[in-house]
Amino acid sequence: MSLKLEEIKILIKKAIPDAEINIQDLAGDENHYSATIKSKIFTGKSKIEQHKLVYKALNGKMGNELHALALNTIEN
Amino acid sequence: MDENIKKKIEDIIEKDDVCLFMKGTPEVPQCGFSLAVSNILKHLKIDFKGINILEDNNLREGIKQYSDWPTIPQLYFKKKFLGGCDIVKEMFEKGELKKILNVK
Repeated sequence: MSLKLEEIKILIKKAIPDAEINIQDLAGDENHYSATIKSKIFTGKSKIEQHKLVYKALNGKMGNELHALALNTIEN
Repeated sequence: MDENIKKKIEDIIEKDDVCLFMKGTPEVPQCGFSLAVSNILKHLKIDFKGINILEDNNLREGIKQYSDWPTIPQLYFKKKFLGGCDIVKEMFEKGELKKILNVK
């Protein structure tokens, strides 16, 4: 149950091409990450909708292969 | 989703205004994120109902479908999904959570 940092970036980029992603592996275990993501697609959406877009980009991996991803989404 | 589980979730969020679906209990949270949200609510002196999803796997999967949200904890207020740990923390830091939950 782990997901590489680069894989997460690729998945997000695929779904949200203009995303500026800053991601950290908090515990060095490929399982607890913190990410700041900036994109135009977040504009005008609620935080719940913004985070859902990121979760959707991760193709169901969130909560499964990936245990923890603290999210901070920013409207660009 | 399964109608019985849906009904069960609706009964839970109908009964109490503030419901936290979490890993563990408010007294003994079993995950750092559940602990964080539980502590915020305690800090704001909000009465809330903690629902331990570790005790019921159907509920654990059901609540994720219900809200279309893949992670636990999940906070509900007056039957509405407010968010997970990151969003609740952010709302707390901005002082919004207090307003929404109507803390005096």
